[in-house]
Amino acid sequence: MLRIVLGGVVLIALLIFSLGTALVVGLQGRGLAALSGADWSAVKFTLWQASLSAGLSIVMAIPVARALARQSFPGRQALITLLGAPFILPVIVGVLGLLAVFGRAGWISSALDWAGFAKLSIYGAPGVVLAHVFFNLPLVTRLLLQAWTAIPAERFRVAESLGASPWAYFRLIEGPMLRATAPGAFLLVFLLCLTSFVVALAVGGGPRGTTIELAIYQAFRLDFDLGKAASLALVQFTICGAVSLLAFIVPLPQTNGLGLDRVPQRLDGPRHRLWDGFWIFGAGAFLVLPLGAVLLRGLRHMLEVPPQILTASLTSLTIAIVSTALCLAMALSLSLAFARRGSLARSLAEATGILGLASSPLVVGTGLFVLIFPYAQPMNFALSITAAVNAMMALPFALRVLMPAVQETYGDYLHLRMSLGMGSWIWITRILGPRLRRPIGFSAGLAAALSMGDLGVIALFADPDLQTLPLMLYRLMGAYRMDQAAATAVVLVVQSLFLFWMFDRGGRGHATIG
Amino acid sequence: MKLTSLFAGLFLASAAVAETPVLTVYTYDSFISDWGPGPAVESAFEATCGCDLQMIGVGDGAALLSRLRLEGSRTEADVVLGLDTNLTAAAAETGLFSPISLSADYAVPGGWSDRHFAPFDWGYFAFVHDTQLTAPTNFRDLAASDLKIVIQDPRSSTPGLGLLLWVKTAYGDEAGDIWADLSDNIVTVTAGWSEAYGMFLEGEADLVLSYTTSPAYHLIAEEDASKTFALFEEGHYMQIEVAGKLATTDQNALADQFLQFMVSDAFQSIIPTTNWMFPAVTPTMGLPDGFPQALSAEQSLILSPAQAAAQRSAALDEWQSALAQ
Repeated sequence: MLRIVLGGVVLIALLIFSLGTALVVGLQGRGLAALSGADWSAVKFTLWQASLSAGLSIVMAIPVARALARQSFPGRQALITLLGAPFILPVIVGVLGLLAVFGRAGWISSALDWAGFAKLSIYGAPGVVLAHVFFNLPLVTRLLLQAWTAIPAERFRVAESLGASPWAYFRLIEGPMLRATAPGAFLLVFLLCLTSFVVALAVGGGPRGTTIELAIYQAFRLDFDLGKAASLALVQFTICGAVSLLAFIVPLPQTNGLGLDRVPQRLDGPRHRLWDGFWIFGAGAFLVLPLGAVLLRGLRHMLEVPPQILTASLTSLTIAIVSTALCLAMALSLSLAFARRGSLARSLAEATGILGLASSPLVVGTGLFVLIFPYAQPMNFALSITAAVNAMMALPFALRVLMPAVQETYGDYLHLRMSLGMGSWIWITRILGPRLRRPIGFSAGLAAALSMGDLGVIALFADPDLQTLPLMLYRLMGAYRMDQAAATAVVLVVQSLFLFWMFDRGGRGHATIG
Repeated sequence: MKLTSLFAGLFLASAAVAETPVLTVYTYDSFISDWGPGPAVESAFEATCGCDLQMIGVGDGAALLSRLRLEGSRTEADVVLGLDTNLTAAAAETGLFSPISLSADYAVPGGWSDRHFAPFDWGYFAFVHDTQLTAPTNFRDLAASDLKIVIQDPRSSTPGLGLLLWVKTAYGDEAGDIWADLSDNIVTVTAGWSEAYGMFLEGEADLVLSYTTSPAYHLIAEEDASKTFALFEEGHYMQIEVAGKLATTDQNALADQFLQFMVSDAFQSIIPTTNWMFPAVTPTMGLPDGFPQALSAEQSLILSPAQAAAQRSAALDEWQSALAQ
């Protein structure tokens, strides 16, 4: 009974947080009339860049995933693990790395300049798409690789013995698999790029690279035009909502990372060595170079980090831990309450999770500001609001991990519990606890790392005295103190990865049942 | 070392806070940077006021006003320093500022009379570049060239807003076309002046929107004569930077004292070689060698606060639409 109540409370809280804030924002708005030509350009740009980023990520992930699926080489497992890193990498660190490689003062521009060509110009649409591909190519590669390794090896052996051409391979084996997975992957990346804020903030380059999310921030922070912010928020909410509804028709791919460690046993591997090598090397370099650039520069200037980093670190850590606890509490409540219900209830819980993915942090932030402002100084709640919004943003990912685990445990052991008349205490400590320990650790790690790297709501609410690590990094970049920014990036990355590792390991720890 | 001083600072601050009155001044980032006027202003004022002067950087000048609107009457600021005359009409309209009365012998071109705000320095916007570059002499040539520029966002930065009104004043109805043509010259639009100038110094652009007085910084402070500004035939838009007192201040007398200090010789003599602007009241020692001349009246463009406020919104839409293409 308690489970149902808790689950219901969480569900209602989530609905208030997402739909409620959107409604508050909507009531503030002057409707679509408040939007100028430039705002509609931002809407168009948002849709355009999200389609292009998602399209490019998929088109490039296909050869990379195929290469990883049919080649075995030393370091393959390390590369696959590394592919998981951008997902928990603070976006602002990635952007800093991309600037170091692709910026006007970056490596490639310097080489081009030396050879007498024009320098690269990353600001604007190219930078936004580049950064989105950087973050999503690895994610899609992992999703596709998982689908690839799920194809029974026998099929490839049969195809090989029949002397199938590459086209036949594609048409008969890989094509159908891609048709089943690619649309969902496209939708997921599209959704992630739709609500992207930091990338446009850092490399958008002005009105030509402004996303809706950034326009909301500007209307709010620069114009203090709540009506316009509200109208933009409404557009954002409508688009995200529509795309999320699509997610019911085209299921989003699962991201549990299982089976990725399987060594490929493909007979056609050697024939494609050169081509596959090109993609593996290319993707690896695209991923490693920007990160390497930041970390190396940061390590060299480690002693120059500003003293404020102590407080910023602590602030970030506090937010991350509070938001992780909140996220886990919500995910567990929902999973326990709904995992055993009918499929309709499960869809409802799942939909709420997707709502977290589709709600824009800045819409929620704007809504909360409007709600609090008449009664108190909203800036005073910056930390709690950030923690709460971060928890909500991480919830869909935590649910994806926890819900199946809870469902499976109940499926496998409920009969046992009934027949033995097992009490709640034993059930929780002996059966449920150990079985959920690992997924809880993993989702806590995800939630903590995501919150650690977040720079969204805090940018909306922060005052000069209050900063998190990502905000401090952004401000240092703004002041063009790139050495100190890089050093701060090192601290941020170490802190994020450490939190992830600690929670994830805590989950694996001494679990008696794998 | 840093760590110990940080902790010492924390404890001392909490111990001392009870007796010393605190004057909170919101200003723009570059004002309080290590090389800006902030440190010298703070020690000079604290030597006489028996108070703790806390200057807080809030992005660039235009972001100051948005910040105040966000905080409304709950703001902790007593004084805001760093708005300019393009924003004073909008700022006064918020009702957050209280009338002030100061006496000073202003050297601001065109004289000064405003109930709510007092000027502390002024200057002319200009594109700064390397002396090796053959710079364009007007906006049309700049737009037609393939030179790269960095500018600031008019919504968050007073130089950005100044540029917007510069183009509008010089070109009127054609301003939109100028912006459309300039669009491919713009590397990026930064939130504030510091970001843009930093990018320029790192070689990310050929020209940066700054002031006619900026090259003097390189010449005097760094003995580097490699920077100059492009003299434009359209004339140069002026900026008069001002400060005002919040109506909600709980340090009324101290705020008045600070504003009077601001137009005194002690403050004004700090301005030329730290903020690199013309002081609002000429200091007794005059301007340093290497400081540029003021431009002639024909070369100086400026809108009154009321005109600037009336033009801002339409000019901003024009700018956004042209650059969004």
